[in-house]
Amino acid sequence: MLWPDFLHLTLRALIAHRLRSFLTLLGIAVGIAAVILLTSIGEGVHRFVLNEFTQFGTNVIGVHPGKVMTHGTPAGVLGTVRPITLEDSEALARLPNVVAATPFVQGNAEVEANGRVRRTMIYGVGPAMDQTFQMRVSVGRFLPPDDLHNPRTYAVLGSKMRNELFGDRNPLGERLRIGGSQYRIVGVMETKGQILGVDLDDSVFIPAARALELFNREGLMEVDVSYQPGIPSAYVAAQIKRLMIARHGREDFTLITQEDMLRTLSNVLDILTFAVGALGGISLVVGGVGIVTIMTIAVAERTNEVGLLLALGAPRRTVLSLFLGEATLLAAIGGVFGLVLGIGLAQLLHLAVPALPVHTPWTFVLAAESIAALIGLTAGVLPARRAARLDPVEALRAE
Amino acid sequence: MIELTDINRVFHLGDSEVHALRAIDLQIAPGEYLSVMGPSGSGKSTLLNILGLLDRPTTGHYSLNGRNVSDLSSDEQARVRREQIGFVFQVFHLVPRLTAAENIALPMMLAGIAPDEREARVKQALANYDLTQRAGHRPEQLSGGQRQRVAIARATIMHPVVILADEPTGNLDRASGQEAIKLLEGLNATGVTLIVVTHDPAIGERAHRRLQMDDGRLVLDKRHEAG
Ligand SMILES: Nc1ncnc2c1ncn2[C@@H]1O[C@H](COP(=O)(O)OP(=O)(O)O)[C@@H](O)[C@H]1O
Ligand SMILES: [Mg+2]
Repeated sequence: MLWPDFLHLTLRALIAHRLRSFLTLLGIAVGIAAVILLTSIGEGVHRFVLNEFTQFGTNVIGVHPGKVMTHGTPAGVLGTVRPITLEDSEALARLPNVVAATPFVQGNAEVEANGRVRRTMIYGVGPAMDQTFQMRVSVGRFLPPDDLHNPRTYAVLGSKMRNELFGDRNPLGERLRIGGSQYRIVGVMETKGQILGVDLDDSVFIPAARALELFNREGLMEVDVSYQPGIPSAYVAAQIKRLMIARHGREDFTLITQEDMLRTLSNVLDILTFAVGALGGISLVVGGVGIVTIMTIAVAERTNEVGLLLALGAPRRTVLSLFLGEATLLAAIGGVFGLVLGIGLAQLLHLAVPALPVHTPWTFVLAAESIAALIGLTAGVLPARRAARLDPVEALRAE
Repeated sequence: MIELTDINRVFHLGDSEVHALRAIDLQIAPGEYLSVMGPSGSGKSTLLNILGLLDRPTTGHYSLNGRNVSDLSSDEQARVRREQIGFVFQVFHLVPRLTAAENIALPMMLAGIAPDEREARVKQALANYDLTQRAGHRPEQLSGGQRQRVAIARATIMHPVVILADEPTGNLDRASGQEAIKLLEGLNATGVTLIVVTHDPAIGERAHRRLQMDDGRLVLDKRHEAG
């Protein structure tokens, strides 16, 4: 049989029972809509989260004090952990392929300026921090490239901090008190917004050496190294490791590459998306059972017709594929309905709750439609096999 | 040329056996016109089903145009049915959701014949059987006589060499029945072998060769001159 004829005959069989076919394909449509809606939300969240992370650049490796041992033995048992120092940060910045390195200390402190007091997050960083994390200054400039060990007492405000303390007034050149020390404001950062619950705008950036003093710390919490794009992160990480071991005498630090972190995060989010998709898929099983039922009824109703087809010389595999085609077409049409419904619902949801990101990739659409067709095919196997195995004489005689 | 040799067909119903056909020997030349008569349950339909390769004999030999067809695979038998055999049934067996034209075209669709040729042949058949006005009607919109004409058009559209008709007038009034038989006889006149099962003597006697069956046996095989 020719393809167009095959399609025509199966379609005619479905149209002959419009209402019944529609109700049956609705089961698949609802399932596919659920799958598409849930995975669209999952993918939207996935992209949103990755975007949050990558806005600090992807070519960043963090060096943290202490070694996480595979068997949970803390490094302290084997020897004391040396703190990571400003000298370490300077040495890291001089490595080939490294663009910038910035020390990092954070803590809470009271900030006083313009007659107002506000308790907030203080970040002790190096003058290259803006470069390392791809952040921009909106007014003035970032911390100047002073000697790391003896920097001038300058401070840069987050945008929200500036509004809280100075309102619309120009804060440049104004004084600021943090924990008994005076600072002069040299810049204000561009607004970053909330990033996974952390508000970088409600903060003050001061030189790392000053922050170490302020919080009475011996070592840095972290040194962040950014490297030239195109260089494999593993290569740069190996360089850093060699240097740090040479400086500390052993591996008493941990490297976290942004790339590894993003990959792990991405994998976790993928699994999450898959899981919610599978949850929606449960309703597809119900739709599939509906198709099995309706196709079984169709075969029983059309026993005579099967006998006729066999008498007219249709091979058994033609009878088989006609009923299989019917089941598959039914599910495929249901799938298209479901796609329209699911994508529509996802967009509506996004309109209603703009904070909830949704995204429907083409691959999901194609995968969902293929799954729908596959469910139809599978659901059709038993009824179609029953039809193809009918004895022609008995089938023609059936009432 | 049809040749049946010592055909037996036994049905098993639980423990009991039903001998539907017993030791049938039959030779039919191309272009013959046969009627098969006999009481109900005498094996007429079973004989026709075996001739049409819808059923396999329990024992015996069937050769069609010199070819042993009883041992063919199911797909090969389907091909023989498609290309050489046309069926006409008492209850028409039209597909209810297809139009008259589509029902007639169905065997050509199954055989993979291109739409252009199909259309030409259906058009000719509709004209031949006085159905042109009914081409787009579904079976439920047709009278019994028209339905059987559609069924006959369908049986002949692939130019079979044998037409097997099982009580083709059984569901028709006298006039429509006469008309259907005339159409079948017209086909026979073009050289197609025609085998008609009937319990109506008026129709049975029109055939040039009459078979009488009883309890699975061929009890009479009489030739007449064309009436
Ligand atoms: N599938 C079957 N199973 C059991 N018995 C059958 C079957 N088909 C036909 N028979 C029996 O075979 C005999 C001949 O049937 P059939 O050929 O239909 O007779 P006719 O067409 O002459 O009325 C009958 O006794 C009938 O009951
Ligand atoms: Mg009968």
